[in-house]
Order: sequence, then structure tokens, then C-alpha cells
Amino acid sequence: MTRKITILLAFVFTISLFAPRPAAAQDWFKTGTGLGVTKARLAAPDLPIRTATAQPLEKTFHDVLWADLDYSGVVEMVSPSFYPKQNPGQPSELHAADWANAPANAYMVAYGNLSADGNGLAVSGYLSDVHNPTAPLALQKIYRGAATDADARRLAHQFADDIIGVLSGGLPGIAQTHMAYVSTKSGTKEIWEMDYDGASQHQLTHLKSISLTPRWSPDATRIAFTCYVPFRGVTSPQICIYSTASDRLIAFPRFRSTNASPAWSPDGSQIAFMSSQNGDPEIYVVGADGTHLHRITFAAGVNTSPAWNPKTGKQIVFVSDRAGDPVLYLANADGSNVQRLDMPDMGYVVDPSWSPNGQLLAFSWRRPTGNFDIYVMDIVSRQLLELTRDQARNERPSWAPDGRHIVFESTRTGTRQIWSMLADGSQPRQLTYQGQNESPNWSPK
Amino acid sequence: MQSGSLRRVAVLLSFLAVIVFAAGCKKKTQVAPPAAAPTASQPTVSLNASPASIKAGDTATLAWTSTDATDLDIEPGVGKVSPQGSTPVTPSQSTTYTITATGPGGSATATASVSVEGAATTEQPSTAAQPSLNELFEQNVKDAFFDFNKSDIRGDAREALTKDAEFLRSYPQVKVTLEGHCDERGSTEYNIGLGERRAQAAKNYLISLGIPAGRMDTVSWGKERPFCSEHDESCWSQNRRAHFVLAH
Repeated sequence: MTRKITILLAFVFTISLFAPRPAAAQDWFKTGTGLGVTKARLAAPDLPIRTATAQPLEKTFHDVLWADLDYSGVVEMVSPSFYPKQNPGQPSELHAADWANAPANAYMVAYGNLSADGNGLAVSGYLSDVHNPTAPLALQKIYRGAATDADARRLAHQFADDIIGVLSGGLPGIAQTHMAYVSTKSGTKEIWEMDYDGASQHQLTHLKSISLTPRWSPDATRIAFTCYVPFRGVTSPQICIYSTASDRLIAFPRFRSTNASPAWSPDGSQIAFMSSQNGDPEIYVVGADGTHLHRITFAAGVNTSPAWNPKTGKQIVFVSDRAGDPVLYLANADGSNVQRLDMPDMGYVVDPSWSPNGQLLAFSWRRPTGNFDIYVMDIVSRQLLELTRDQARNERPSWAPDGRHIVFESTRTGTRQIWSMLADGSQPRQLTYQGQNESPNWSPK
Repeated sequence: MQSGSLRRVAVLLSFLAVIVFAAGCKKKTQVAPPAAAPTASQPTVSLNASPASIKAGDTATLAWTSTDATDLDIEPGVGKVSPQGSTPVTPSQSTTYTITATGPGGSATATASVSVEGAATTEQPSTAAQPSLNELFEQNVKDAFFDFNKSDIRGDAREALTKDAEFLRSYPQVKVTLEGHCDERGSTEYNIGLGERRAQAAKNYLISLGIPAGRMDTVSWGKERPFCSEHDESCWSQNRRAHFVLAH
């Protein structure tokens, strides 16, 4: 009976994908992700410059700000072709009615001015409700940094996050977050890091071996990953931990045989991972300091890819092929109460990622008729949403801390690259282009 | 009368058949020399090792290309390979690899050397009269292959492992690492688990044949180190294996 309903619902949501906008999807995502609520129309004109040398920095700042706001999933950007002629540099220069009325029909305006001199770069940023011009400013802040392109970018991300914070009722913006990922750009698979928009890509590890499956610690100061390191003549996969603060590996115990796919508990005190130290690949939990190792799964077959419920820390999801094809299982964090997550179709379900609010799972699913695609499941109702379709392989989703975005790997361009999208599948955006890039993990802050 | 002429026809026919058959045979055996027939081209093959010099325990990559070859074999230790591709090797001492390409038009060979710094050079296999343990291992120990998404021991794998067990019984000092490998179609993380299951399956089979568990370690490479890099079943089937490595 419930199975039938699940199939029916899955069918309804699949159908809804063919609608011009996935309206039904937005309805049920409303509670979970904030997507689908009426979006505020936001205008963000160029910022008048107060010093001539600031021109190139203004371009960077405004481009980055625009891209951040446009990609936030929270606002609808008003096209610049509808803007009044004069760009306000401060509140006294803002003619609210010109922005509030047609053709702009803006609800909010983000604006300000920018100056650069020997002391660095300074941006005065404002956010005004143009339908309510007598109300106090929604945001008023001065952002300071060096007069460099990198800092213009950084300050734009800060301003964008502040605006999103105001407009989304306090939910965090993600413009200052990062991605850890695996890249072959240096010749071997190493762990790399980049800004959430693909800027500032740089290599973190130099192990010249194979490094896989990076996972940020909840405080975003460390990255646990799978590393192939030689020891007494035998190279085997182990758990490595890299500190972004000290730019090096932290000591972590070595275990027998194959060890892979680490995942942090939400308080950062424990790491769950796959290990075959006692034969079968099972899930073990160990303290982040390497002590108190214990095993939590006991079923013949592959048991791997654990992920903690980031909201409660009381449940884990993992992949197991104990009953045939690999599919997802839920269990209490101590391994008790194992429950199979039944799907309305056969296939191969892997790479679970738990949404920050604990309500949704993103995963990759290869159904009998197709390739790997990204899906999202509401855990309580078991409703499903397909986020990618007919675009080669799409795997390894990872949630952004805002719960509105997902980063994943895709072979849709012919090479394996990293993409992000809104959690309803809209606005896919390619972040990497060179080499093979995979296994992205979105920083929690 | 009728039966007589029938017999004559039959005799004639069988005579013709013999001639045709003989001609067919002749064509098959007579391969290279005559220029008249559309002869197959002589195979060409090249082999490249990168880097050419490694530290003990590190890995070099052998890459090869060939033309007009149907059968390629790299020795020592690699075995049959596809017409072009690459494979990682971890020689414990300086090794010259020879690739032999065989095709309808003959055969060709090429070599590439990997020198190993800091390797124990006590035994030079080329100068020793008897084959080294390494060579014996490479010659006698065969990998076990698997079906897609499976870690069950197939019939052919059972045969290979039975021979491997004989070798391991003959050389009780030998310890091995069983490396599990997968083809590229599964997911990266799950394949690390699946590769481990394959290595474990091979290990457990050897245990059932009386080889002590303590002589065998397992490790999974998932789909990270394929033996063959084409995107088709001929390659995928090569990449789903439990690979034996002599442990030192």
C-alpha cells in the first residue's frame, strides 16, 4: 500500500519535471529548502566609483555580487535594461519610486559606492525597500579590504551574503563557502579547494598517489579523505586528515587492509568510514583523535559511504549491497535499527548526502533504463525528485550549508567536471574545466 | 547404370572437394612471402615507460600502441593486453618489459625499461641461471576475473586460483597482496568496497584450499588503476579482477 503511494508520488513528481517550471516540486520543497517561495525582485545597479582608479575593481565587485545574488535561489534579479538612468551611490541619491514602478518593478535595491586609494578598497553597501521608502535601511555597511581583484571579489561575497541573510530571514548565504574536490590537474588525483563559484582553484595535497572522497569537518578547518599511502612495501587506502589551518596532514591511525569514505559526525568528534580490517567492508566509527574504534554494521557485502544526519547526529545513512544491488540504508548512529530505503524502481543507489536540515537525502541513482542521475528524497514522506536527466553521468551530490544548492560531478561535457545547481535541479553551473575533477564536497561554512 | 553414374558424380565431387579443401589449406598456411595476394601488414608496436626511473615501491606507467596486431603480450608480469592502452607497474627491481605484438602479418616486439633506485640488487635475474622468485611468481600466479558488479568466484577464476594455491604451497615463504579492481562503470566509492570484496573472495577461496590467511593481505584499488583503458567490455572484463602482487 505505502509502496504504491510512493510509486504514484514519484510518478507525479517525475511528470512535474516536464512542466515549464517544476511547480509541484517547489511546493513540497518550500519547507525544506526555502526554494519555491515567492522571490523578491531585487535590483543591483553598478556602484558609482569615488576614485578613478577603482574602475576595474568596481567591475569585479559588481560582476561577483550580481552572480552571487542571481545564484542565491532567494531573489529574482531585475534586468539592468529596466533600471532608471541614475545609479544611486548612497541613500540620499535613491529615488525609490523610479525603482518601485514599472518597468523596473523592484522590491529591493542593493547599491552603494566604491573607492580605492593607498589605504585600500572601501565599499559602502546599502539595501533599501523601495516600496517602503520611509522604513529604515535594510542593510548599511562598509566593507574594507586591499585594492586588489581578490579582495574586490571577497568583499562582494560578503555584501551578497549580508543581503541574502536579510532577504531570507536569517538563513546563511553561501557566497563565502568553498568546495573541496579531487582533481587530476597536477598529474595524479589530489585534493583541491576552490571558492563556491569556481574561483581560486588551488591544490591542497601533494601526495603524488591517489586521493579521494574529501569531507570537510563541521568547523571547516580540516578535510578527511581517502589516501593511498605506502607502508612497509604495501600501498593501501587509508583515512587521511588535512588541516587547512596548518596546511598539512594530521596524524591519524592506520588500519589493516582497505579503509575509505570518511564522514564527520556533526559535532566533529567522530569519523565514520568503511574498513575491511576484519574482512568484510563494514562501517566503523572512530574518534577524530583516532581512539575508540568500533564497528557499527554487521552484514556480509559492501557497506560504505556513511553520512551522519547533520541536524541530529543520531542517525546515519549508508550504502550496502547486502541484498543485491547497492542501495541506501538508514540506521541509528550506533548501528541499530537498520532500515532499507526502498525505491520505486530497481537500480544502483549510491553516494548519499544528507541535507543540513536533516530532512532530505541527495544521492545518485542508476535506474535500469538509464545512467547515473542525481535525486533528492524527502525522508519522512519518501517523495522523490529527479534533478538531472539524460546528461551522461551525474554523481556524488553534496549539499550546500544553505540547503538550497547541491554540488555534484557530471560527465555531460565529455570530461568529468564539477557542477552546482539549485536543489530543484535548476541553474546548473559548471565550476571546473581543466583535467578531470570529481567528488566535490561543499564546506559547511 | 543410374547408380553407376551417381557414384561417378559422387567420386568426382569428393575429388573436387579435396582439391578445394587442399587449396584452402594451402592458402591458410602460406602466410607472408607472396606479394600477389593481399597480404596482411607486419604489426608494429611501441612501448613507453614513464617515468623510466622510480624509487622502490613507487609506480611507473607502461603505455603502448600497436598497428595490425591481434594479440599483445607484455612480459614480465603484465600478460595479455589490448591493442593500445596503459597499465601501472610496480617492479621491485630494475626491469625491462617486452611487448610482443602478433597479427596476421607476423610479429613485432618493443621494449622499455624501468630502473628502480634503491632496489635490492642482490639477484640480477638476467645473470642468474635459475629464474628468480619474481619471475616464477609472474609466470605461475594468475589473476582471478569477475562478472560485472559481482564478487563471486567464477569457474575460470576457480581454475586460476587452484593453480595459484599450488604455487603458494610450493613456495611457503611467499606472501601475497591481493588487489581488488573494478571496471569504470560503477561509482567510485562503492567500487572501493566492491574491489575489496573481490580480493576477499579470492583470499577466502585460497583459504579453502589450505593457504594460511596470514600469507595474504587484501587491498582495493576500486576503479582507480584499470589494467586497460578502452570503454568497452573487452577492457572492462580485464579490469574486474583480483590481482596478485608478491609481497616483500
